[in-house]
Amino acid sequence: MVCGVREGEKIMHSSVIHSYTAWRNSSLASIVLLAALLWLAGGEVAQAARIGDLGEVSAWQQALRFFSFRDAGLRLVLVGCLLLGLNCGLLGGFVVVRRMALVGDTLSHAVLPGIALGFLWNMDKDPVAIMVGATVFGLFGVTVVGWITRTTLLKQDAALGLVLSSFYALGICLVTMIQRLPTGNKSGIDKFMFGQAAALGENDIILMLITTVVTLVVVVVCYRGLLVLSFDREFGQTTGLPMHALHHVVMLLTAFAIVVAMQAVGVVLVSSMLIIPAASAYLLTDRLHRLLIYAAVIGMGTAVLGAFFSFLGNNLPTGPFMVLAGTGVFVICFLFSPRYGWWTRLWRLRSRRLRTEREDTLKAMYRVLENREFHGEGVSAVDVAEYRKDTVEEIQRRVQNLVKTGLATDSEEGQMIHFTPKGYQQACMIVRNHRLWELYLTNVARYAADHVHEDAELVEHVLGEDTVRRLERRLKFPNKDPHGKPIPSVRDMLGMTHEEEGAKMEGGYGYRP
Amino acid sequence: MKEGELESVPALETHDLSVAYHKKPVLYGVDLTIPKGQLVGIVGPNGAGKSTLIKAVMGLLPLRSGWVEVFGQPFKKTKTRVGYVPQRESVDWDFPVNVMDVVMMGRYGKLGLFRRPKKKDRDIARECLDKVKMLPFANRQISNLSGGQQQRVFLARALAQESDLYLMDEPFAGVDAATEAAIIELLKELKERGKTILVVHHDLTTAREYFDSMVLLNMRVVAFGPTEQVFTVEQLQKTYGGRLTLLSDVAGETERQLSGE
Repeated sequence: MVCGVREGEKIMHSSVIHSYTAWRNSSLASIVLLAALLWLAGGEVAQAARIGDLGEVSAWQQALRFFSFRDAGLRLVLVGCLLLGLNCGLLGGFVVVRRMALVGDTLSHAVLPGIALGFLWNMDKDPVAIMVGATVFGLFGVTVVGWITRTTLLKQDAALGLVLSSFYALGICLVTMIQRLPTGNKSGIDKFMFGQAAALGENDIILMLITTVVTLVVVVVCYRGLLVLSFDREFGQTTGLPMHALHHVVMLLTAFAIVVAMQAVGVVLVSSMLIIPAASAYLLTDRLHRLLIYAAVIGMGTAVLGAFFSFLGNNLPTGPFMVLAGTGVFVICFLFSPRYGWWTRLWRLRSRRLRTEREDTLKAMYRVLENREFHGEGVSAVDVAEYRKDTVEEIQRRVQNLVKTGLATDSEEGQMIHFTPKGYQQACMIVRNHRLWELYLTNVARYAADHVHEDAELVEHVLGEDTVRRLERRLKFPNKDPHGKPIPSVRDMLGMTHEEEGAKMEGGYGYRP
Repeated sequence: MKEGELESVPALETHDLSVAYHKKPVLYGVDLTIPKGQLVGIVGPNGAGKSTLIKAVMGLLPLRSGWVEVFGQPFKKTKTRVGYVPQRESVDWDFPVNVMDVVMMGRYGKLGLFRRPKKKDRDIARECLDKVKMLPFANRQISNLSGGQQQRVFLARALAQESDLYLMDEPFAGVDAATEAAIIELLKELKERGKTILVVHHDLTTAREYFDSMVLLNMRVVAFGPTEQVFTVEQLQKTYGGRLTLLSDVAGETERQLSGE
């Protein structure tokens, strides 16, 4: 027993260590990935074609052209998408677990006036000027939200809505004004609305690379601080970790991520690149570090897919396609996530129902055999139907299920049913569970003997091995149920001889019949 | 206990501590001197400022006046000697972490932002989990815990801080009887080891048997001292006999006028 506990501890301990190493490895992997991207972006220029200069005709050829890194324009787009997906995915993870999705949305809309002013600075699409303007306005917007909630009775949702719409309106006015100006190179500013990955220039990519590397370094180095910040900020503050500083760093990085992603995704939809990958990842895991990794991967995937669809559609705006790709991933996660998926749950219910059905049929067969004191081998379908108060056809349908799962075989066109050894073990197990539980209810929980059957019918299917062991110990290894029926022994259950049973016990099975 | 520290230095001392929430005063001129090695209950009606007092001590709320000293120094210098158990409802229990992650957070204060947790830290966290009988659940996601188990996880996190002064905000709220008994056992053991523990408590029926001394609080300290002296009908009536409406009104009005509303 003691030995067993230590073993369990060891396993637990190693899995904790394992997750730490996994985290470290994955951060290493992302750095390698970044290096590869850098190499690709800096690779020699093959042929400077713009996206959309369609040479190929079929979608397949276009896919090949897009993903083969053959031409420089597309290569920039691809690298840009991967970078923005990684950056937004990582920061989005924090935004979502901290329930700040609307803050992200407000931030992304509030930057528009800053972009316009950055553009006006020297009437050109200068990435640095635009980034400075956008970041200043984004953070200013968030500050205004905080200021409104502190000084008035308005709650955060109203303040967010107010700032989002007013800043966005100002931005649209400025952008329209710029487009009507007679002078200057106006191309590009319109791309900020709905996003065009093809408009990404080399300078934009460099900026993206810098912000992504900074984000990655901060997240890896300060992971524990960020975890505490997201889970329990006040506690973190009392331990002396720099919670305020970390909060502001994350907000600043989020603003940067939004601004550099803006050109590819567009002002209106960029916040979804923060929210959708992280929300999808939230459905897949219960640990923050894994959530961040999944969100980064999903972010990169959706960004690339979006850019590809937009390329296929002859330079349609990229933003909507990225968001649609992300939504697709989310729907898949929603349906098939291993723990919370809708489909997964249906499937689990179905298989549980089928198992219960099988176990009930096996139990009925056992009871029929038991009633004739185990004389003879096969059980007739009619007898089972009689015992279960069911039709022969229904029993035959169920037997087909047993045959498929290797628990029984049938003969004489389904009239006779025979246990396989595995099926007999399961039948013994389920009868044993049933009778042990009945005994527990009458002897320990003091139920009346005629009240226990219904409950045991349900419980017999869900009793785990551990619970059965505990029941046995509590009931001092009984062999008769409250109605006087024998409880099948472990030897019946495991279908083994005395010697085998003894050997198993010495092996530390911990069971004493 | 730190070496070279005088035995007589109190674990916690506040002087004329006042706190206001949204311009409404919540605590008024709180003077407390809590010696080391005591298990102290903070008792008072809803809205009496019990949690506020704890948070103010740790600098989570701005002080309107007064000062706080922990082991004879400002809180900022003694942070690592103070452990904190916040109210259970203060965090999102659907957050994607498991029990071990949460307890490890108790070590981060001593580790700082950049140092990685060593094996020693993980061993301490496991020991603390074992003390509150939560070690078997170390890998469980925190949303799959009962209220009592969640509370014990928070307690284990505070234990992992290895502090000399513990501030606990309603650790008995919404827990089962078994957990409550286990927690009080643990608190008594901590006290035996010379730790000082301040517990916000709302259940008067158990307060008397749990604590050596008590702070009766209702916006200001109504009474403070050994339980048998403080826990009297007269004092309790003073504490629970309605808020100090006049004090609250006048102070609120003054604040409003000063801030130009």
